[in-house]
Amino acid sequence: MAGIVGYGAHLPRHRIKVEEIAKVWGADAPSYKKGLMLREKSVPPPDMDTITLSVEAARRALVRAQNVNAVDIGAIYIGSESHPYAVKPSGTTVAEALGATPDIHCADFEFACKAGSEAMYVAMSHIDAGQMDFALAIAADTSQGAPSDALEFSAAAGAGAFIMGRENLIADCLYTHSYMTDMPDFWRREHEFYPQHAGRFTGEEAYFAHTKGATQAILKKSNMKPEDFTYAVFHQPNGKFPQRVALEQGFTQEQIDPGWLSPTLGNTYSGASPIGLTATLDVAKPGDMILMCSYGSGAGSDAFIWKVTDRIDEVRDLTIKTRKLLEENLTYIEYGTYAKFRRKIIKNA
Amino acid sequence: MTMFSSRNWREYPQRYRMEAVKFKKSGLTFFPPRDIDPTNGDVECEKVNLPDIGKILTFTVVRIAPAQWGDVGPYGIAIVELADGTRLMGQMTDVDVNEIKIGMEVRVEFRRVQQEGHHGVLSYGYKFVPKWW
Repeated sequence: MAGIVGYGAHLPRHRIKVEEIAKVWGADAPSYKKGLMLREKSVPPPDMDTITLSVEAARRALVRAQNVNAVDIGAIYIGSESHPYAVKPSGTTVAEALGATPDIHCADFEFACKAGSEAMYVAMSHIDAGQMDFALAIAADTSQGAPSDALEFSAAAGAGAFIMGRENLIADCLYTHSYMTDMPDFWRREHEFYPQHAGRFTGEEAYFAHTKGATQAILKKSNMKPEDFTYAVFHQPNGKFPQRVALEQGFTQEQIDPGWLSPTLGNTYSGASPIGLTATLDVAKPGDMILMCSYGSGAGSDAFIWKVTDRIDEVRDLTIKTRKLLEENLTYIEYGTYAKFRRKIIKNA
Repeated sequence: MTMFSSRNWREYPQRYRMEAVKFKKSGLTFFPPRDIDPTNGDVECEKVNLPDIGKILTFTVVRIAPAQWGDVGPYGIAIVELADGTRLMGQMTDVDVNEIKIGMEVRVEFRRVQQEGHHGVLSYGYKFVPKWW
């Protein structure tokens, strides 16, 4: 089956702490920190968007892919709910920046937070179908959260990129399973700046039902149990949900730890579980089994079972690791700068 | 005054991928690319992609910025010598202007360079960030 030939991630260096947001809106920071297990989140500066994050992550994926030329990539799919244009693809700019044009298929995907794993799923399908030798899937977002809304404490930015192929794999994809229903838990209507959500309804019936639905189905399909995996990565809308959905299904804290980034990264929406996978691959060893399960409101989950190959040892250190992007070279900003960066200040000019 | 999107489009190879030309006889690299080597009239050249690390040769800080960059000022504009010796000018980002120094090591990153107002085209290209890894 198809799998990952190269992977990379990119995150902004700016961070804002939960206390700084809570201070402005009179919210109770300790309850967010304890209740949602969020401490801080990444913030993109004004010159960073889904396209620029995608380019940097994809360039790193090409470095780890080693002998893959950009012109050999047959498709580029970017999953995001913050494509910079309403009409004009992100993928063409990214493909041009990588030098992958013009003989390439390109599409921008959207499915709330699941768009990135969709891109991975479709990219691998091309490989399995024999349509092309390499396909690039990118999961990226500069997530929106309305001022004072609960989402403002989590909506963050980042990108993960994966070059899919069939030879010289870093991780072989053994199984996939997708699980979806029509679910009104989170949405954004056209011309609206910020998404709306259904509060507590986004929990049990939405995130947990779909994540568990996909996970249980792929475990059954593969005849595997939680203890058969070295690592597991779940979609991370906050710190608490991925931990709870893991532990409730019999996975351990140790299994989720490497890819559990949300307590200090926030929710990178489409990027969340894919970036978690990059951080997990950064520490994985040949033979390790990884379960990944995304979630996107509306709603659905894509689950993947990856088997890490010997080649991981060759490529892991060829470029920067995700944890280093998460934990080093950080600049903490106050709410005013954050509001400016995220264009939350209305100017009449 | 914003950049016309057609002009920006023509400059994609340089702005997006830092494509330069290296002439056969002199071995000199030019960025932006030239058709003729000004030192000897040579036209035989190959396309090369410039390296993504370098160091600041000199810089200035723009405190009163043109309208399209007014919100991001103050910002640094630096002349950087890349690892292969090519020198080029570009905007600094992700750095406090008081921390910019001659000799500072930088890395090239792909960023949004400007936008044609609220409705217009977004322009992308290279900027320099402090090298930290």
